[in-house]
Amino acid sequence: MDMNMESLVYIALFAPFVGSMFAGLLFGNAPRTHLTGIVASILIFVAFLASATLAYHVATVGPVHVKMMDWITIGDLSIPFGFLVDQISVTMMVVVTLVSTIVHIYATGYMDHDKSYNRFFSYLSAFVFAMMILVMSDNFAGLFIGWEGVGVCSWLLVGFWYHKKDRPFEENPSISPSWAANEAFIMNRVADLGMLVGIFLIYWNIGSLQYDVVFEAMPNLADGILVSIAIALFIGAMGKSAQFPLHTWLTDAMEGPTPVSALIHAATMVTAGVFLVIRSNPLYSLDAVSGVSMFIAILGTFVAFYAASMALIARDIKRIVALSTLSQLGYMFAAAGLGAYWIALFHLAAHAFFKALLFLGAGNVMHAMDDELDIFKMGGLKTAMKASYWYMGIASFALAGLPFMAGFYSKDAIIETAFNEGTFIIWGMLVITAGMTAFYSFRQVFFSFHGEKRYEPLGFHPHDMYKYVLIAMAPLAILAVSFGWLMGYYKEFIYGLNESVQYEMSDHTHHLAIYLAALVVVIAIGAIFLAWKKYGGEGDKAWKRDEAFEQSFIYKLLENQYYVPKFYDEFIVKPYTITSAKFWEIDKAMVDGSVDKIGRACLKIGDTTRGMQNGNLSSYLNWMGLGALILVLVAAFSTITTESIVECLRAVAGKGE
Amino acid sequence: MYESIAFYVFAISTTILFLITVMSKNVLYAMTALAAGMVMISGFFFLLGADFLGVVQLVVYVGAVMALYAFGMMFFDATKDIKEKHQNPALVFLLGGLMALVFVVMFSAPIIGDNIKAFYPVIEGVGNAQAVGMVLFTKYLVPFEVAGLLLLVAMIAGIILAGKKMDYSLTESEAADEEMKIEPNSIEIQKGDA
Amino acid sequence: MLEIGVNHYLILSGLLFSIGFMGVLRRKNLLMLFFATEVMLNAVNIAFAAIGNYYGDLSGQMFAFFVIAVAASEVAVGLGLLILLYKKYGSLDLDVISSMKG
Repeated sequence: MDMNMESLVYIALFAPFVGSMFAGLLFGNAPRTHLTGIVASILIFVAFLASATLAYHVATVGPVHVKMMDWITIGDLSIPFGFLVDQISVTMMVVVTLVSTIVHIYATGYMDHDKSYNRFFSYLSAFVFAMMILVMSDNFAGLFIGWEGVGVCSWLLVGFWYHKKDRPFEENPSISPSWAANEAFIMNRVADLGMLVGIFLIYWNIGSLQYDVVFEAMPNLADGILVSIAIALFIGAMGKSAQFPLHTWLTDAMEGPTPVSALIHAATMVTAGVFLVIRSNPLYSLDAVSGVSMFIAILGTFVAFYAASMALIARDIKRIVALSTLSQLGYMFAAAGLGAYWIALFHLAAHAFFKALLFLGAGNVMHAMDDELDIFKMGGLKTAMKASYWYMGIASFALAGLPFMAGFYSKDAIIETAFNEGTFIIWGMLVITAGMTAFYSFRQVFFSFHGEKRYEPLGFHPHDMYKYVLIAMAPLAILAVSFGWLMGYYKEFIYGLNESVQYEMSDHTHHLAIYLAALVVVIAIGAIFLAWKKYGGEGDKAWKRDEAFEQSFIYKLLENQYYVPKFYDEFIVKPYTITSAKFWEIDKAMVDGSVDKIGRACLKIGDTTRGMQNGNLSSYLNWMGLGALILVLVAAFSTITTESIVECLRAVAGKGE
Repeated sequence: MYESIAFYVFAISTTILFLITVMSKNVLYAMTALAAGMVMISGFFFLLGADFLGVVQLVVYVGAVMALYAFGMMFFDATKDIKEKHQNPALVFLLGGLMALVFVVMFSAPIIGDNIKAFYPVIEGVGNAQAVGMVLFTKYLVPFEVAGLLLLVAMIAGIILAGKKMDYSLTESEAADEEMKIEPNSIEIQKGDA
Repeated sequence: MLEIGVNHYLILSGLLFSIGFMGVLRRKNLLMLFFATEVMLNAVNIAFAAIGNYYGDLSGQMFAFFVIAVAASEVAVGLGLLILLYKKYGSLDLDVISSMKG
């Protein structure tokens, strides 16, 4: 490895950090200036260039492994600050920096009028930096640092508009950005405990946290320990990647600014869980933990279906996109659980591109509609915002998995994997979910861009985003279309890593692949057509609200997100509040009480002994005499030991004789 | 035997004399008793073989210090009994008695640890004054010099403190009163006393 | 009982010290307080001389010397101060000269 590559690693890692510090330290208190946004964007772009060069290097020469410095060295514990750039991490680096660059540029336009513009860029770049540490670290400790850094930054960014009050939603009881930020943060803490336990288990049993050492030693461990580690790490992944039952924060995190949502969903946060599982592929592909892997696949499939079902009736444009992320994460976990790690990673990358595009498009719509999110109030926006319409259309095509779009290749590969593994229930569920995905994504497109102009009576005057922002989004659109074409090259690229990441379909599946793909495509197109029928019409065919359906049980169930948030509220939040109040009482009586008592005792002693200070030297002298006497007494008693008493008695007895 | 008799004689007389010093209402009595007690204490020093210390005791304490007191007393009115208000005499005796009790109990217990070695043992074959001189001007030279300096400082301080405005009569000259910044009411008290 | 050991001296010293201590506690007249402190100093000197004798060490005597030196200095300065106080207040009674109001 030459110096050149090493410095590129540091550039890729620290450029976002420099951008964050530039915006935060130099302009933290300054009035908003475009300089921060421009500098931060350029620095992220530099990081992207460095990552892309590294990707080329990894493909042609091989992985880069650098050790920056010793970080923690206590006794036997030695955690160096090292970075590993191999096929997996470089994929993540390129995806993260590319999406982040575009999101940064987008944010310069989107956050234009926000007075905390500088603060926003400081957080946003820090978010990217944390994610870069997460993916680049060569050990679990560094990964955990990035993991927590991502958590903190997401908290800062989701709660960016912390001053907003709780407001009632038609769908949600009442949430505010600060509430959503806390929910995301606390829910992630729960999962992070699992993650920490996993890391501790690894350290106890192997004595190192370096990936290479750990994965080499793992096959020699007892099955029970391996299963415990796999479960604990996956709990961490469940929190970050918002898998059931820790998924509620993801949709509520839509309270943050839209660029943040794009970043969270496409690049810097939810993919971390999938990354962890892919990174730990030597662990999850062991026979001993096949049960856990199967569970991951089943849970992923369930979440894919579960989230897609909620998206079918959601009215909040960002919530629909968020639920689709949840659903696609389910696909990724399904693939990873079934052992097709590289397909999961490929879908992660493809998803990042079209999901970022989808979010940024949704952000354009929001921007045009004065932060209105309800798609029932939109419609016919395609005339007012042509570019956004095209972008959203392309992204939705990719998400729905129509042929020759990015999502087609990656998602289809996952569905094929499920078929290949013989897990036909998973396969069936995934096929149905693919249909649902096509339906809800186009439902949203038709609702907002086609049909009657429902916004007109409400007094909105939609206008498209700045031109440069729309141009900046183009790379995402291009990748959303074309990324899938690179699948063959990517396969070749990642096969260079190791064997456990490789996955091939059997010949049998290979023969059927074309039919399977055709089936999925037909279902998807059918679903799109259905959506068009229902929501795309104008005039007489225009969509009308179906009150009866909205009162039905199934609608209520989906609208309330299967009552999971309600369940949390009733069975976790409320009892916790009650116990906290009780403990507060105890705290007041015992901790505060004892402190108060000490204070009062001091006051009282001072009050009583104040009489000593009467200004009379004679009485001072008397007190001093008393003190001297006490000292003499102390001296006398401190010389008394059992030996001295024995000695004394012996002397007395001796005299008696 | 003689030593014992001498010890007890000295001990009893010292105790009585010092008790008079502490209890007496008359300054002259107290001072005389103190001077006499100090003479008796020098007797202990002779008994303990510290001849030189005994002489110093006589010369410095009885000779110099008591003379200083006597001269100092000339400034005060020594003819009258001293009137003191004792708020709780019982407590004073209790504390003093307790102190005495503690000491007696402590010291009457046999001394533990005979294995302590002398740092500067008594030099054989020379007189006490000689031995003291040898130790004092070798090992204790610096403290000795410091003590000399201390005495010098004390002497100068005594002269300055007591010698201020000695040529003014405290009671007769009004100018002196003003210069001394004596407040009128304090003069009242003084006159009332006289 | 007849043989005089170091303990006898120490007990005597303790008694004399207590007498001085009592004097310090009960006296209100500054001059008398000085006398009481002299008593205490002398009591300590006896202890020093006795212990020095007991151990065959001259250090005890040395300390007694220095105590005497310090006592002499103290008397010189103290008497000067007493005279000043007497000039100012016309009395040496602690109750009279107390100027701080507690």
